[in-house]
Amino acid sequence: MKKNVSMLALVIALAFAFSGCTPKDADIQKNVQNVISSNPDAVGVSVNVEKQVAILTGEVKDVATSEAVAAAAQGVKGVKSVVNSITITPVPVVEINENDTLLTTQLTDALKDNPTVSFVVKDGIVTLTGEIKKGNLAKLIQKVQALNPAKVENNLTIK
Amino acid sequence: MTLQEKYKPIIDAAQQGGAIGLQVVEKNGVLHIAGEVPSGDIKDKLWSVYESIDPEFRAGDLILDVNAAVNEGGKVKVITESSNLNIRKGPGTDQPIVGKAAKDEIITLISKSNEQWWLVRTNDGEQGYCYAQYLEPID
Repeated sequence: MKKNVSMLALVIALAFAFSGCTPKDADIQKNVQNVISSNPDAVGVSVNVEKQVAILTGEVKDVATSEAVAAAAQGVKGVKSVVNSITITPVPVVEINENDTLLTTQLTDALKDNPTVSFVVKDGIVTLTGEIKKGNLAKLIQKVQALNPAKVENNLTIK
Repeated sequence: MTLQEKYKPIIDAAQQGGAIGLQVVEKNGVLHIAGEVPSGDIKDKLWSVYESIDPEFRAGDLILDVNAAVNEGGKVKVITESSNLNIRKGPGTDQPIVGKAAKDEIITLISKSNEQWWLVRTNDGEQGYCYAQYLEPID
């Protein structure tokens, strides 16, 4: 009976010894997270490690970033495999019109029917001066904003 | 209050109105809201919400560039204030006038390859370019 107990103790001790050889999931996770953090494009990515499998989740702007993060995670010691569940969310691109020459041409067309309104364009910022009737203001602003300039400064006198 | 919070009612109205590809981006202290809504009525709604937030459009912190969806081959209505709409040979006010469309007249959109100037055809068969902001898509 006493022998059995010591055998059991040995088995437990060995079990601890073996588990000590393989890195703990929590440590791996920390290391992978550090690697991810070194990539500024990957701020939206998180990792969860279970049984040495790194599961990546979150959002990045393109496939290249997603693949780079997965490859970096694979390179971390203790990671057996990587499950890449990162989604791709392209950064919205609003094409802001900052071409002053183009804007000037477009504004000349847009304001043709508003002879009391003048404009100046600089670095995509449209400044409106002159005067306008209250009832025509919204339509005028609509025509100018439809050109998607960087900014519209309305210095019009409203009659 | 951030710009996104300030103009949230517009963003909400656009989303409720079924906006497609709505983009909200802030750059240099100006919020840009761009995209397409299904009808001119919804576009008008967004502008009335905008006007309720900034009645004289003086804040200079929003560019609302949301257009009503229209298909080439579809019908558009002339929405000038009172005058006729010039139809020109090419895209630009420097181009010769080749025809006119009356206020409230419904004409055919042929192409909107130029964003500001749309190629149209009247019911009389006159064809040329009109300023897009004076054309409103109809269902």
